[in-house]
Amino acid sequence: MTAQTANGGTIALTYREAVRAALREALEADPRVFLMGEDVGRYGGCYAVSTGLLAEFGPERIRDTPLSESSFVGAGIGAALGGMRPIVEIMTVNFSLLAIDQIVNNAATIRHMSGGQFSIPLVIRMATGGGRQLAAQHSHSLEGWYAHIPGIRVVTPATLEDARGMLASALACPDPVLIFENALLYNDKGEIPADAGAVDIDRAAIRRPGRDVSLITYGGSLGKTLAAAESLAGQGVDAEVVDLRTLRPLDDATILGSVRRTRRAVIVDEGWRSVGIAAEIMARIMEQAFYDLDAPVARVCSEEVPIPYAKHLEDAALPQTDKIIRAVEHLMGNHG
Amino acid sequence: MPSLGSDMEAGTLVEWLVKPGDTVARGDIVAVVETQKGAIEIETFQAGVVDRLVVEPGTEVPVGTVIAHIRGEGEPAAPAPETPTPASEPVAPKAAKPRKPAEPTAPAAASRARVSPAARQRARDLGVDLETLTGTGADGAVTLVDVERAGAAAPAPVPAPAAKPTGDAAAAMRRAIAAAMARSKREIPHYYLATTIDLTRALDWLETENRRRPVAERLLYGALLIKAAALALKEVPELNGFWRDDAFVPGTGIHVGAAIALRRGGLVAPAIRDTDTRELGDVMAAFRDLVQRARTGRLRASELSDPTVTVTSLGENGVETVFPVIYPPQVAIVGFGSVVERPWSVDGTIESRRVISASLAADHRASDGHRGALYLRALDRLLQTPETLA
Repeated sequence: MTAQTANGGTIALTYREAVRAALREALEADPRVFLMGEDVGRYGGCYAVSTGLLAEFGPERIRDTPLSESSFVGAGIGAALGGMRPIVEIMTVNFSLLAIDQIVNNAATIRHMSGGQFSIPLVIRMATGGGRQLAAQHSHSLEGWYAHIPGIRVVTPATLEDARGMLASALACPDPVLIFENALLYNDKGEIPADAGAVDIDRAAIRRPGRDVSLITYGGSLGKTLAAAESLAGQGVDAEVVDLRTLRPLDDATILGSVRRTRRAVIVDEGWRSVGIAAEIMARIMEQAFYDLDAPVARVCSEEVPIPYAKHLEDAALPQTDKIIRAVEHLMGNHG
Repeated sequence: MPSLGSDMEAGTLVEWLVKPGDTVARGDIVAVVETQKGAIEIETFQAGVVDRLVVEPGTEVPVGTVIAHIRGEGEPAAPAPETPTPASEPVAPKAAKPRKPAEPTAPAAASRARVSPAARQRARDLGVDLETLTGTGADGAVTLVDVERAGAAAPAPVPAPAAKPTGDAAAAMRRAIAAAMARSKREIPHYYLATTIDLTRALDWLETENRRRPVAERLLYGALLIKAAALALKEVPELNGFWRDDAFVPGTGIHVGAAIALRRGGLVAPAIRDTDTRELGDVMAAFRDLVQRARTGRLRASELSDPTVTVTSLGENGVETVFPVIYPPQVAIVGFGSVVERPWSVDGTIESRRVISASLAADHRASDGHRGALYLRALDRLLQTPETLA
């Protein structure tokens, strides 16, 4: 970990380095763990996450695969069935569509179909999200799709601690876990405790406590949402920011607890508006906290277009801090 | 489920007094409903044939819920509700036939005020009248903070009841009274006027009148007071009606609500409709009937919602003067104390006369003291010519 420097019990690192540290720790801790995917070895990972790991752990455990998502995800499922602890990296969620049959029809169902005889302790990591001018085919945020599927877990580390700590818990889980790393986060820098380790993968976290409105988000939208909350504080609106952390299962207790305190909620989700994870959260709030609400629940999602290439259009299509602020201002009426 | 008062949100259907196939006329009593104000008989405003009873006895439903279907003359019968197919019938696949959708309950009017769910819940707890609040939330919605602000502004906060009204009818009525009275004292700028009226002539006349009446039709002086109170309103109509949406809405007709204390505690003030045009004997009969039914808990819905003004008397208990509290959205209430014998100056001579204290509490938004004074003067004048009240 060349970029890290010890600093009074904390270390400074990037999100990318946090994921790499987690990978290294897992590879060191358990000989059954191996990493495979496109360009994870010689090239060091499409997002340079696995740089150096091939040299350290060798080609048996850091395996470059053909450009065939269905086959290498299927191989991962088979390895998990055979007692290994595979970490499969799919370059981005966009290409996971080629493996969706393996994920939805096999990984998610085998425990059920076998009457509990077999489980699939498989971890699939993939990058997600737009905002990098990669145009429509490389800018999807489809984690909400996977959150629809029983039999798998979907986690979305948005902080350095979660990037560092979710992998170990995912590997310990007997069921397939999909880890979505928003590609815009890889260069995020910060400090975490030097002894940071495994974190839970079934609870949401309150990243900023507040009294007036709950901003519920995850992944790449967390930073924008926190920025919106800071700006709103200047207007006298005390926003609470809830980081979902896991999209399946959703942590109803934390979500509803927050909404019951603040009585207002805005969901911020980079997925498209219709039929998305935001809609699911809104429905749960309506079902379980209707009588605690002081305003209709609102959402800030991506506009319903293929994500544009042009910078100004892409910015306009994705959730942004100013959109979040406007949504909150409307909910607050004259209270702000 | 009809609304039996502005503060009613739900009612429990106690008993159906009709069954499918019965022919009903407008005004017929069709059901008994339990509300916070006691058991109330529900009239139908629609003549026809009872097609279907929708709500089962014992069920509590929100105001606005369809409780029965009545078919007007010439209307075809509604399709029979689906009932489980008896096992003996051939089991044909019925799944394709869509179930008749339930009647929409309480369709929200487009003009319905925006109130957040949290605010609505808290308003119920605090007894805050939502119609009087200005919302500060999204799109002008009333929010929880608005309700709490209004609740805190109340001079006499209503004790928040336990989460749900219990089965205890007396406690429920207490809460209903608490809500109405707290709202009254919070919102209505009362002014109070009182005068002492020489009732000797009226009581003498009554004695004579009663002598010629059969015992069952004898009149109490209370009927005389109610009739006089109603007739005096014709001279000061701004005391007869309601304060709604920042404006006075005159009552259509003069329907005096007669305050009746209930033995188990609490009170109701059902209407004697068109009090001013009824004969005195008729007012007496109506009053007697209301008292009896109020105490057995069998008042009709319209009787509770109709009053345009209230008359209360605490004379039986030796009270000299009443300072009554207006029942919103009414704008006036007339109170009578007890009849007492007092030395009284009549044409320069001190005589012993029977007098009564008459007081008026009126809503200063709807009328001014000058008009209130004219009202009490008219009341006095009418009671000096009791024969005109017959």
